[in-house]
Amino acid sequence: MSTIRIPPVLRENTGGSRTVGVVGTTVAEALDDLFAKHPALRDRVTEEGELSRFINVYVNDRDVRYRDGLETAIGADDTIILLPAMAGGFR
Amino acid sequence: MTNDQNRPFREVTAAEAVALARDGYRVIDVREQSEWDSGHVAGATLLPLGEVSQRVAEVAPDRDTPLLLHCAVGGRSGRAAGWLAELGYTNVTSMKAPIGHWKEQGGEWEEPRQLLTPAQQRRYARQTLIPEIGQEGQRKLLDARVLLIGAGALGSPSALYLSASGVGTIGLVDDDVVEESNLQRQVLHGVDRLGMRKVDSGELTIRGLNPETIVVKHAERLNADNVERLISDYDVIVDGTDNFDTRYILNDAAVKLHKPVVHGSIYRWDGQITTFVPFDGPCYRCMYPTQPPDELAPACSVAGVLGVLPGVIGMLQSNEVLKLILGAGETLAGRLLMFDAMGTSFDEVRIWRDPACPACGEGVEEGVASGAPVAAGA
Repeated sequence: MSTIRIPPVLRENTGGSRTVGVVGTTVAEALDDLFAKHPALRDRVTEEGELSRFINVYVNDRDVRYRDGLETAIGADDTIILLPAMAGGFR
Repeated sequence: MTNDQNRPFREVTAAEAVALARDGYRVIDVREQSEWDSGHVAGATLLPLGEVSQRVAEVAPDRDTPLLLHCAVGGRSGRAAGWLAELGYTNVTSMKAPIGHWKEQGGEWEEPRQLLTPAQQRRYARQTLIPEIGQEGQRKLLDARVLLIGAGALGSPSALYLSASGVGTIGLVDDDVVEESNLQRQVLHGVDRLGMRKVDSGELTIRGLNPETIVVKHAERLNADNVERLISDYDVIVDGTDNFDTRYILNDAAVKLHKPVVHGSIYRWDGQITTFVPFDGPCYRCMYPTQPPDELAPACSVAGVLGVLPGVIGMLQSNEVLKLILGAGETLAGRLLMFDAMGTSFDEVRIWRDPACPACGEGVEEGVASGAPVAAGA
């Protein structure tokens, strides 16, 4: 089972969980399993079936944009990191 | 010029020595380090008498290299010249004159560098002991100019520790006043400063910590019109802004002006930090090409933030600043470090320069002004 790390802004959709265990051999399959477990995440992570432009996806420390995108292969020990930009600073 | 048949080297006056040095003779100072430290011939190499025979090849691997040796008056350099001639050096000259004559003859001279005053040596003693810093590194810090965008949550720890570390000039950009709800995390300010401009309160705190720090107050909000003026006089920018517009505006100007930006952001229990070094690594737009909608990026004022979180992230930013100034260690350029305060864990992902980046990608000529601002949503 692979692990998906849920960024803080999306944790309201996972009941507060910071990580979710998923099955799948590609990032797409892993995300499908994530959305099956937490349906509300689908609309926040994808736009019309594509990965949202606002969220970077990493397998371990590698951005899937520079690998095979959603078809990037994953193994059981891999961690998928979802990373939207954070703006917070000084106010 | 003395041409003693018994000597396999020449002895010359100070005036002749000055001329030879200008003709390209390699100058070797055979005095001791302490004598060298009180001033020395510009361009000379220090090879103390006890080391000159063993180390001369470092300066002159070719034994036909014309060498000019000197010491304080000409005694030691005469002995050294004899040894070098025995080693097979064919063109050895010793200056037989007090070193003061060299200066009188207008020879090139380097005065001792007073890197630190005695007070600075005392104040920064624990830091100058570190081999990667030393007095030279401390001098770099004292000469450095760092701009903090925001004198609030992330700016507070940077302002405190960078001034304590001896960063000479700290600029503060902030148009806010101190409010009660700031004090849970903005440790630059206190209850006696409520209602005061943050730049004024910040200056008071910094000056109390280190009166030597020059504080430059910019009581304005960074925008597309003032960004280049604000950042152009600084060596390193610390980004602790609270909104995407500002981050993109800052990024594009920093790339254009080749200013490194140490980026930090915080949200509840989570923080992110990286360092953007224009054209050496990715920029903010390479990482986040498109500005996210507000629901994905609520501000601290809406979402809340743990008080110590900006302390952790701000400290990591300060650490990056010091390394950038010192030219030591490895920065976070090309790496995004994520801190999860709930789990007390760090994660790291690699970030790459995007060839299609509108700010620093292919087609954007390095160092050339791009003209129209490319900031989205500006």
